[in-house]
Amino acid sequence: MSSAEPLLTLERAALGFGSRMLWEDLDVEVRRGELIAVLGANGSGKSSLLKVVLGQLRLRSGSARVLGTPVRRGDRRIGYIPQQRLADDGLPLRGRDLVALGVDGHRWGVPLPSRRRRQRVSQLLSSVGAEAYESVPVASLSGGEQQRLRIAQALAAEPRLLLCDEPLLSLDLPHQRLVCDLVDDARRRLDLAVLFVTHDINPILDKVDRVLYIANNRCRIGTPDEVMTSEVLSDLFDAPVDVIRHRGRILVAGVPDDQLYHHPEQVPL
Amino acid sequence: MTGLDTLWSEIFNFSDYAQLLPLLKNSVIACVVLGVMGGLIGVFVMTRDMAFAVHGVSELSFAGAAAGLLFGVSVVAGALVGSLAAALLIGVLGSRARDRNSVTAVLMPFGLGLGILCLGLYHGRAANKFGLLTGQIVAIDDPQIKSLISIAAVVIVGLLVVWRPLLFASTDADVAAARGVPVGVMSLVFMTLLGLAVAVSVQIVGALLVLSLLVTPAAAALRISASPFRVPLLSTLFALVAAVGGVLLAAGSSLPISPYITTISFIIYVTCRAVGPSRGRARAQSST
Repeated sequence: MSSAEPLLTLERAALGFGSRMLWEDLDVEVRRGELIAVLGANGSGKSSLLKVVLGQLRLRSGSARVLGTPVRRGDRRIGYIPQQRLADDGLPLRGRDLVALGVDGHRWGVPLPSRRRRQRVSQLLSSVGAEAYESVPVASLSGGEQQRLRIAQALAAEPRLLLCDEPLLSLDLPHQRLVCDLVDDARRRLDLAVLFVTHDINPILDKVDRVLYIANNRCRIGTPDEVMTSEVLSDLFDAPVDVIRHRGRILVAGVPDDQLYHHPEQVPL
Repeated sequence: MTGLDTLWSEIFNFSDYAQLLPLLKNSVIACVVLGVMGGLIGVFVMTRDMAFAVHGVSELSFAGAAAGLLFGVSVVAGALVGSLAAALLIGVLGSRARDRNSVTAVLMPFGLGLGILCLGLYHGRAANKFGLLTGQIVAIDDPQIKSLISIAAVVIVGLLVVWRPLLFASTDADVAAARGVPVGVMSLVFMTLLGLAVAVSVQIVGALLVLSLLVTPAAAALRISASPFRVPLLSTLFALVAAVGGVLLAAGSSLPISPYITTISFIIYVTCRAVGPSRGRARAQSST
């Protein structure tokens, strides 16, 4: 296995439900150490792309492979960070327990006390600066604090590829920055490939290697400078779209109304 | 005054207690097993938000037991068929909480009605009728207790085998699925174990009071701890105290066992709520 082998390869991939096509002709190779932001309108199939990589959704055509083998469920080489907050009540988990589930939660039986698991969990907690939440009930933590634990949980199985499904949703700005920094740090430290689904590229813009933009069943992939331009997005959306760069931020204006739902960074003109 | 005294001695009567105790052996054993089973499965009933579903399953279990009584088949078998059918139906049709609540709400009165119909047609001992709804442990005989204990043992062993993936799937389904835990299978396994647990509990505390052993102890434990190790231990302890304490207190009187169990269970819950930290306090304490 050469080191240049891409971690994730999608070839002529197409996904749809029933008669509705989400995207097609998706060709992408994700290399180790690379962070790709996945952007696109709501319902364009960004999260479904992650489900394909997790082996939970089947492609309509084309192929998806992780390090050369077809995607499958429960692949330990993949870490996953969801957007949802955990339930508020009746959750018998403290910070360390949530991370421990990432270590061996899939195994049968009752967890017996183990020094090795304890050390591993402590190490994971300190890698994201979450030592303080070790014994705190997860339900009493804020969304940002839970997301910190989520990152440690996702790193528990020593993944090669990290999938982040809108991990910034409903976080305030400082916490958005914090989560981006932690994901970036993990990627550099562990040489991870990262797919980062988000509706707003700005919090993670300075860390992104490439952008995968999905709209109107089609995709564009390239560096932010290549994809986030008025020409490319106008072509993708099939409508006049303006991309404005302002003090290091990217604002997208003019996205058709029917694609605009729930996109705070896209300002209609 | 004398009226109150009579009432009191009807509720608590410990004369001839020494002679009574040996007769209670079966009931105490049944309650120990029931306590462990209820305490453990209750943790998952709470984390999966299924308290209402438990009540629905127990009404169908009651219908099954009543049908068993009417047709002269075994009451235990009837209760098993009823609760397994209800548990699997709720499990399959109600994967989302909203669906589950409406499916449960539809099944519950239907089960209760069916059970009342069967009891109405039944012309045997009247105590049997009332017992299915409110508990009849003292009437339990040897072969019956053996079958109840073996079913409860299956539930306990089953829970221990699937403990970790079930906890993962119950608290954090998306990540569990991403890690390869078969979340759908876990749900069916859990509903099957729940069906078995309800069928056993209906025999002992009665269909209307199953929640006091399958939900209240775990809910109480969750008020005072968030540790996945301490919660099941406390929950089991609470269920044991309620079940065994109920048998011992009820022994002297002629009343059914269930009010004793439900009252102890309730007092434990109220105490836990009172002494348990409020959420904000818990956080401030542990993070310093």
